Amino acid sequence: MNLSLLILFPLVTAIILLFCNGLKQVRMVALAGAGLQLILAIFLLVAFLQDRSMGNQLTMLFEYDFVWFKNLPIHYHIGVDGISIAMILLTSCIVFAGILISWTMEKLSKEFFFLLVLLSMGAYGFFISLDLFTLFFFLEIAVIPKFLLIGVWGSGKKEYSAMKLALMLMAGSALVFVGLLGVYYQTGSFDMMKIAQMNIPLDTQYFFFPFVFLGFGIFAALFPFHTWVPDGHASAPTAASMFLAGISMKLGGYGCLRVATFLMPAAAHYYSPIIIVLATIAIIYGAFATMMQTDLKYINAYSSVSHCGFVILGIGMLTQTSIKGAVLQMVSHGLMTALFFAAIGMIYTRTHTRMVAQLGGLLKVMPFISTVFVIAGLCSLGLPGFSGFVAEMTVFMGSWQNPGGLYRLATILSCASIVVTAVYILRATGKTIMGPLDGAYSKLGDALWNEKLAAGLLITGIVLIGVAPFLINQLIGPGTAAMMEQIGKTINLK
Amino acid sequence: MSDYAYIVLIPLLPLASFVLLGLFGRKYFTKSAGIIGTMALLASTIIALMAAHQYFFVDGKVAGAYHQVIAFKYTWLAFSPGVSIDMGIVIDPISVMMLVVVSFVSLMVHMFSLGYMKGEERFATYYAYLGLFTFSMLGLVLSVNIFQVYLFWELVGVSSFLLIGYYYEKPTAVAASKKAFIVTRFADLGFLIGILILGFYSGTLDISTLIHKLTSVQSPEYIAITTAGFLGASALTWALVLVFIGGAGKSAMFPLHIWLPDAMEGPTPVSALIHAATMVVAGVYLVARLFPVFSMDDTALHVVTYVGAFSALLAAVIACTQTDIKRVLAFSTMSQIGYMMFALGVSKQVGEQGLGYMASMFHLFTHAFFKSLLFLCAGAVIHLVHSNEIKDMGGLRKLMPVTHIAFLVACLAIAGVPPFAGFFSKEEILLAAFNENKLIYAVALFTAALTAFYMFRLYFSIFWSKESAHHDTHHEGTVSMKIPLIILAACTIGVGFIPFAKLVTADGAALETHIDILFSLAPVGLTLIAILIAARLYKQQNGGPQKIADSLGGFYRVVSRKFYMDELYLFITKKIIFPLIGKPIAWIDRNIVDGCMNALASITVKISGGIKGMQSGKVQGYALYFFGGVTLLAILFIYVWK
Repeated sequence: MNLSLLILFPLVTAIILLFCNGLKQVRMVALAGAGLQLILAIFLLVAFLQDRSMGNQLTMLFEYDFVWFKNLPIHYHIGVDGISIAMILLTSCIVFAGILISWTMEKLSKEFFFLLVLLSMGAYGFFISLDLFTLFFFLEIAVIPKFLLIGVWGSGKKEYSAMKLALMLMAGSALVFVGLLGVYYQTGSFDMMKIAQMNIPLDTQYFFFPFVFLGFGIFAALFPFHTWVPDGHASAPTAASMFLAGISMKLGGYGCLRVATFLMPAAAHYYSPIIIVLATIAIIYGAFATMMQTDLKYINAYSSVSHCGFVILGIGMLTQTSIKGAVLQMVSHGLMTALFFAAIGMIYTRTHTRMVAQLGGLLKVMPFISTVFVIAGLCSLGLPGFSGFVAEMTVFMGSWQNPGGLYRLATILSCASIVVTAVYILRATGKTIMGPLDGAYSKLGDALWNEKLAAGLLITGIVLIGVAPFLINQLIGPGTAAMMEQIGKTINLK
Repeated sequence: MSDYAYIVLIPLLPLASFVLLGLFGRKYFTKSAGIIGTMALLASTIIALMAAHQYFFVDGKVAGAYHQVIAFKYTWLAFSPGVSIDMGIVIDPISVMMLVVVSFVSLMVHMFSLGYMKGEERFATYYAYLGLFTFSMLGLVLSVNIFQVYLFWELVGVSSFLLIGYYYEKPTAVAASKKAFIVTRFADLGFLIGILILGFYSGTLDISTLIHKLTSVQSPEYIAITTAGFLGASALTWALVLVFIGGAGKSAMFPLHIWLPDAMEGPTPVSALIHAATMVVAGVYLVARLFPVFSMDDTALHVVTYVGAFSALLAAVIACTQTDIKRVLAFSTMSQIGYMMFALGVSKQVGEQGLGYMASMFHLFTHAFFKSLLFLCAGAVIHLVHSNEIKDMGGLRKLMPVTHIAFLVACLAIAGVPPFAGFFSKEEILLAAFNENKLIYAVALFTAALTAFYMFRLYFSIFWSKESAHHDTHHEGTVSMKIPLIILAACTIGVGFIPFAKLVTADGAALETHIDILFSLAPVGLTLIAILIAARLYKQQNGGPQKIADSLGGFYRVVSRKFYMDELYLFITKKIIFPLIGKPIAWIDRNIVDGCMNALASITVKISGGIKGMQSGKVQGYALYFFGGVTLLAILFIYVWK
């Protein structure tokens, strides 16, 4: 299996898009491209599982190494393990759903879809990179389109939001870059698999870890650098919100894990109390902030801050189970938040409002959309049968294995957030979906085929993880185990 | 030992009904949904009865005691070695008993709803939700793993939420469904942390392994969990009390009971199934399931005892003042569950001292029949008069003879009049309390008298009192509504005679029990006196009740307002959590945290204004900056980043 296809497909799609005319042509090409990506991702999964079942125990599969730039040891080095495959599958689902949701994007449709496809290319490249420089290169590709997507197609104070998002993410990238250079100067290599074996000296780790972790942390809405999330989401068009929450924030989480923690485990251990405290603040504080929001998009954006806190918490706890939980939470949160944004978008295009107070009783006129909304909500509050439960419980179980007093307190507080989550989800559901219907909305129609297909795809993912978590566990488990083994060599954890 | 794998069908059939009706019900099964759901439940019930027969009478007993069989187990989600969520099926006396109760009552409710919910717009959705609930509840009682309990526990909670909010256009129903979910969620948090503690110290989530490890005093796990402590209590006590908080939330124990009366906003058959017979006893079941561990810790048992007894008394007092028929029944449910709880609390694991455990399970069993019967009767009454208030009822005995007799039977049972079912189980509970703790016995006795009083207050107000304002054209409801009433009434008369002490005990061995007439004199006597008082006050309309209420003055008002518990909760949420925690956080985020980010940005803009000035075009200047920069980098590389 040639991993480069993951980059090539979107690239070709993007180039073809440049020669298309009119919404109909553009969206067909984009959808076909996204469909191919989805199929490719599934093929990759099958090939990966086949290789594993044939006894291939290498950490990374389908590796390919090509010297890109001789003078510096920059390689185009790619490869995947179970964690990357999970992220790739997530990305392909969200791209497909996002394109379907934007089916009627009239304004500058060619450019819009072009940027979506470009963004997905950056994400795929990021998830398969094993070379720090290549990884950074793709990270940047994934950032720029977001600025335009919000700035051009957004709503509300879109210029401010786009600028804020771009600046904060750029600052994050800059921090990451400084950190990566530091690692490079110390080890003389950009190759992650090599660096991981090298045991970077402690003082270097202590010095550069904060750069990398914080840099990626900004992407993953680490408190207090999460403030781009609410504004960014609120101004973004639906598909961009889905991409932002479903893909971009995952770049951050993945980076915190794969780059910061994996390469500098001793520093991760050293800084873990700080990480835990920030994550716990994000979880609790995000949840309470959500409770007070009145705009559906702000509700979901703040709840993302809270949910992404679990990713950081799982990484910071540094046990195998908690890290597995962090990865599960990334996948789960990606699908669920994308679904939530899709539902909000569908409601908005019909009612032209996102204010909770102005909505009510939508179940009567749009049963499908309402059901989607409720499913996303229930997944968000961690109901069994959906992915949220699996992910959160894994994080909790893993966190509890870390017996320090501070860690215990953090775990208990994080657990407590499930109650606050229930409050804000049920308040939002009770006001928008249930209750008496406003007469003005009595003529509105339910979801169209494209919206149903998009929601159906995401729900399938959520339910599949929620009902049969042993499947995704088989995929992610060995990856996190190998990673923990590597980390454990450097630091002795219980 | 034989194969029990077929038991998996019992929960799967309702699940199939849920999936089928949930996905396609609105389109294809708008009329036939009821039949589909009922048929699935009928099959489940038959299999459950077969299983009960096989277990109790064919091969469950090994060497004189019922033993536990794990019929099926699959690792659903592995956390770390030894710690995983397993999905499985446990067969032991209490799980088999619960299987029968849940599937049977659910079947009755499915059948009753055929008539009661006829013509509802979301008829198929209703049956889908019923299927989901039944599946979850059956999954809960069959759990082999403590996390499996939690998982189904949450599912049960959400199906209850969906069904309470079934009339979603009614704001009160929406509020009630939210309240039920959030209050129980809050309790579940305790359960979750309890699980985390138990799992951490015992290194397993599997219930039988956990019990095995934590009940042998020498095991390292037991020593670890009892020596670790926090705020003066051992980790074991903490874990069990936290688990009990979870149970108290679902089982509506004080102070987490406030959701139950409001939950009556749901359709009445739902109240019969979920909020009377099955879900609300999940907390009791949970304590019973972990009872061997509970019996190792006296503090936890005392908490169970006193919370249970207090809830029983409190609810009975409140029930005397309520005027909504369903709310009276809701408080009586809370009160009866209180009985089950303290019966567990005064029990021990082995032998004669396990009487409380047996009595609790027995009461759970009989209560399921007579309480669901009461609710279904209430449903029939409400169906006819279109109101929940007792003042709109009265004199209905001629209009609805079947309902009248069924209700009377259920009232006699709950009041504990021999030979109806409730008498036998309540008698054992009183005896268990008497042997262990006289204070609890006194509370239980007083509560029993109150129970008889408020139930017969209800009975006389509905079926006697004034002449009916309703015409003869009203009838009792369809045949499908009457049949469950008749079946349940027959059960209510009959199930007390089941030799329960031989079948369901804490240690599996049969227990010798007999009804002591001398002991029964006090409770039965008090009950009869209470019934007579109720008859005197409510059989004919007179000013008596009003006079008594007036003479109690403020106390009556406080009781009828349910001791202002709702107001207290509202005060905490609306006046403390929202304005004092939520609002400040939201404000801080927008103005301080984000304000700092914006300030940072504007400072950058200012500085960049300054930097622009450096772009002077003078080569010397550039050279200076260049060398300065290089020197700085060199210093950094040499001394800092080496």
